[in-house]
Amino acid sequence: MSTPLLSVQSLGVEIDAVAVLKRLSFVVERGEVLGLVGASGSGKSMTALALMQLLPPRARQSGAVQLNGVELGGMRAAQLQQLRGRQIGMVFQEPMSALNPSMRIGDQVAETVLLHGAASAARARVMARESLDAVGLTGTEGALDRYPHQLSGGQRQRVAIAIAIVLGPALLIADEPTTALDVCTQAQVLTLLCDLARSRHMGLLLVSHDLAVIAEYSDRVAVMQAGEIVDECVTTPTLHHLTHPYAKALLAAAVLAPKRAASAAAAAPSAAVLEVRGIVRDHALPRRSLWRAAGAFRAVDHATLVIHRGETVGLVGESGSGKSSLLRAILGLEPLQAGEVQLLGESLSRATGRTQRRLRRSLQAVFQDPYGSFDPRWSVEQLVSEPFHLLDVPPSAAERRRRVATALEQVGLSPRDASRRAHEFSGGQRQRIAIARALITEPKVVVFDEAVSALDVLVRAQILELLAGLAERLQLAYLFVTHDLAVLRAIADRMYVMQRGRIVEEGPTLRLLTAPEHAYTKMLVAATPRLAVELTASARGNR
Amino acid sequence: MIRHSREWGLGLGGSITVAFVAMAVLAQFWTPYDPALLAIGDKLQPPTWQHWCGTDQLGRDVLSMIMAGARNSVGVALLSVVIGVGIGVPAGLIAAARRGMSDEVIMRGNDLIFAFPALLLAILITAVAGPGAVNAIIAIGIFNVPVFARVTRGGALDLWSRDYVLAARVAGKGRLAISFEHLLPNLAGLLLVQGTIQFSLGVIAEAGLSYVGLGAQPPSPSWGRMLNEAQTLTALAPTLALFPGLAVVLFVLGLNLLGDGLRQRWAQ
Repeated sequence: MSTPLLSVQSLGVEIDAVAVLKRLSFVVERGEVLGLVGASGSGKSMTALALMQLLPPRARQSGAVQLNGVELGGMRAAQLQQLRGRQIGMVFQEPMSALNPSMRIGDQVAETVLLHGAASAARARVMARESLDAVGLTGTEGALDRYPHQLSGGQRQRVAIAIAIVLGPALLIADEPTTALDVCTQAQVLTLLCDLARSRHMGLLLVSHDLAVIAEYSDRVAVMQAGEIVDECVTTPTLHHLTHPYAKALLAAAVLAPKRAASAAAAAPSAAVLEVRGIVRDHALPRRSLWRAAGAFRAVDHATLVIHRGETVGLVGESGSGKSSLLRAILGLEPLQAGEVQLLGESLSRATGRTQRRLRRSLQAVFQDPYGSFDPRWSVEQLVSEPFHLLDVPPSAAERRRRVATALEQVGLSPRDASRRAHEFSGGQRQRIAIARALITEPKVVVFDEAVSALDVLVRAQILELLAGLAERLQLAYLFVTHDLAVLRAIADRMYVMQRGRIVEEGPTLRLLTAPEHAYTKMLVAATPRLAVELTASARGNR
Repeated sequence: MIRHSREWGLGLGGSITVAFVAMAVLAQFWTPYDPALLAIGDKLQPPTWQHWCGTDQLGRDVLSMIMAGARNSVGVALLSVVIGVGIGVPAGLIAAARRGMSDEVIMRGNDLIFAFPALLLAILITAVAGPGAVNAIIAIGIFNVPVFARVTRGGALDLWSRDYVLAARVAGKGRLAISFEHLLPNLAGLLLVQGTIQFSLGVIAEAGLSYVGLGAQPPSPSWGRMLNEAQTLTALAPTLALFPGLAVVLFVLGLNLLGDGLRQRWAQ
């Protein structure tokens, strides 16, 4: 039996006597893609750093890391420098900060060659061109002379990959390489990485928090929890070989579809609670000349959507598609250039004063960032009761406390949490506080702006379960704005697809996911990695 | 290690600042001698047990004058910071909240004041209203306004993009309410740091203005005028310039250390 490309034997890392990695053992063969998956803080990135021997100075490593049978632990700095780049290539999450903004991309790729003294300047330039060719970045004149800011996020990540592979390393480590990218770009970049690994006979260690990504692109999968690999198996579309309880929980969370009684909306269309008719949002562009009128960028172009009582509706689109602008327009945070927003049969966009406050009580929102959504100086009670500002007569202190307690209990928190501050809570708990704040005025519609995108998959599943339960109990309608089809697959009854400010397709979630009509929807659906179990999940049947 | 020395600077700066402010407050009620009491017979004495810092050319006790000068210095610097905060912070909040035309008008007005040398304006005010501590306060205060307006506007613009401000808007709060309930408390630390820096600049400016005779008028003592008067007597009584000079340097150093320490504490 030949030696594997990378062999890790009971690798342990301690930082200040705290074990962050424990008894890690795995191998990566040549031409193989090993997916390393786990929640944030499970030690995925630390593993990648340990393989590169780039651990923080206080860290102590034990166990063996062997590349082609050569032990890396205890190597001198000069040897390791030769090793990194030449033997091991690495691709990071953030494509912008991984590149030097003031250097042409061709030079950046060539620099790696020159730093290793691997070739002459002229030869390095040829190698840079070949490498950029391999990642699909050449073809146009002057392609190598571009600067990072002239490239899109996906192209920048391609440059980072070109740098990583230019010296033909045996092992490539990609740490969340597509987390910062749009879904279509993600598919392209991941396909590229895997194709390169197979065609060049490289080992690829793909680190991700997303089980669906790992399932679609890896050959084998290893699941990490709290610094340990708890489960490992050959990748199948359903990952049914995973046996460890934690791995199974991750899998279940990833394919979650909260069970609900067939929603009233799906059975028989009831009254519309929110109607958005042909709204237009223009963002003023900076004035080019003092004498010419300032131009405008049309972020939302005659968008129309309807949400019925108790219905969960999704709005999906890539970043820059105008979905956030549409959402802010619906919430009345920005002026409309045309169109109307109707809430409960009354015009919200034309309402002022008392009427506007009364209507806004019925329309509340939960925002994306669980860390930025709360004033750091306010207590949870102050935060949750802030929407009482919409009431004509503010409730008494006792009444306010009672209603805050009720709202906190509704979202699974304790009334005792009211006196604490938001920073004392975890990300998932904070999102619960944000939901409590949205529920305090007993709204009919709650809008979610990427509200679960920043959460770990297990926490996300809990929040989605909570929301499904609340919707049923309180007859709430939801509008979920997201770039992530997986979220909508789990909970949305109906979906709108947005591209370049226009709504291009609309329909029941299941139909859009299985039989999309518009070309853009087709592309989105095809690009979204998914676990095969989802489509056969029984939970979908009762929709 | 680095963290340790930083705390040390904060502590030392704070102690010096507190000591000078305490001295200024004390001077309000008590000084070793009356700082305006002339005793020509005891003129130009070196430091002795009776006069710790010596006496000046008119026999006045220098320590008493420095203490009374501290009162003047702290008073002018503090009130000019109050003017700067009182006008600059609301202006910055309005500029950030309303954007557009109001923003342009406020910020270009700031540029106008910035473009004007401080001393020139002080001379202008003095020419119109006569020299005095009140006019020094107004002149220095006016220059604090754009500083606070800019700091406030910059900080507020950043906070306006936060999700909790969005949430407050969804809760129906207007720009004024958000500015006072969310922005101001979160800008307090930033303003405190800037206030300390402007305070120390105010001490220097006050000393400078009274040095050229545009600050507090006799018999009210001030560090700047003491330095001016000592200048002609340097050969005769070298210690005469030492103590007021030391007072300015030490106080400003203390305030800068304090401001720096607060800024780093704030950045954490």
